[in-house]
Amino acid sequence: MTDHNHPEAWNQFLAIAPYTGLLRMEAASASDSGCVIALPYHDDLVGDPDSGVLHGGAITALMDVCFGFSVYFRTRKFVPMATLDLRIDYLRPAQPHRKVYATANCYKLTQDLAFVRGHAYDDASDNPISTSVGIFMFTAGKPAFTETKKSS
Amino acid sequence: MSLAETLTDIRARADWAALPRALPFARMLGLRVEVRGESFTCVMPFEQKLIGNPALPALHGGAIGGYMECAGILHLLWSSEALAVPKTIDFTIDYLLSGRPQDTYANVYPIKLGKRVSNLRIEAWQTAPAKPIAVAVMNMLMR
Repeated sequence: MTDHNHPEAWNQFLAIAPYTGLLRMEAASASDSGCVIALPYHDDLVGDPDSGVLHGGAITALMDVCFGFSVYFRTRKFVPMATLDLRIDYLRPAQPHRKVYATANCYKLTQDLAFVRGHAYDDASDNPISTSVGIFMFTAGKPAFTETKKSS
Repeated sequence: MSLAETLTDIRARADWAALPRALPFARMLGLRVEVRGESFTCVMPFEQKLIGNPALPALHGGAIGGYMECAGILHLLWSSEALAVPKTIDFTIDYLLSGRPQDTYANVYPIKLGKRVSNLRIEAWQTAPAKPIAVAVMNMLMR
């Protein structure tokens, strides 16, 4: 995870999972403040055929992926983990035919758990489609990671 | 055909198998709806494209979550007279077991069916209903 500031590093992880490929997710950018994952609009992902608005379930997958990456961003190494819970509040519908972006911050790490919050947006980061919180659990016993970065 | 016309047609013929085909996202996941009398079940047949971790292998958590939200919406379109897709207000999921590469079933429990807001609990399971792999709760704005 040495080149965590490069989107390609995150795209390699996205390529591992068939489901993220099905949804055509891609890393849009990466920097010291985290990575941004993009979900391109596609007709397959529509939840309301009358309006063309994306199904919430597509956003759920986007947040789950982005949240997981934000934990790795903080631990700076791969630690086996599983999503324990995830909550998504829908503030407004995504605009049809627009790419949706997700960004997240892992704001607390313990030996067992990682606490994450983030949001999804299309036109501007300060106009969220949804806000989310989630908790991940490390699944391979006590991880021996070293903290290198405080949450911003 | 508009969604309202499709829903009216499905209800008139009780052709619930056609219900998931009315929503593109449900169609992409390959969801099936089975209605027997007053019992509603939504199935996500296993497909390789639903995998999140090929090493285990395990279903993607996002696929399980999206499926459960979709199952809740399909249940409301079955149990109510709504002619538009209810809007999700919030969706909360607890993951209990990793999803194996096999068919997944969802039982939907309507906790409150209101004129404005409905609240649903959804349990997804694979080997037995008493061993859910995930449970979810959602609030829906009815239209």
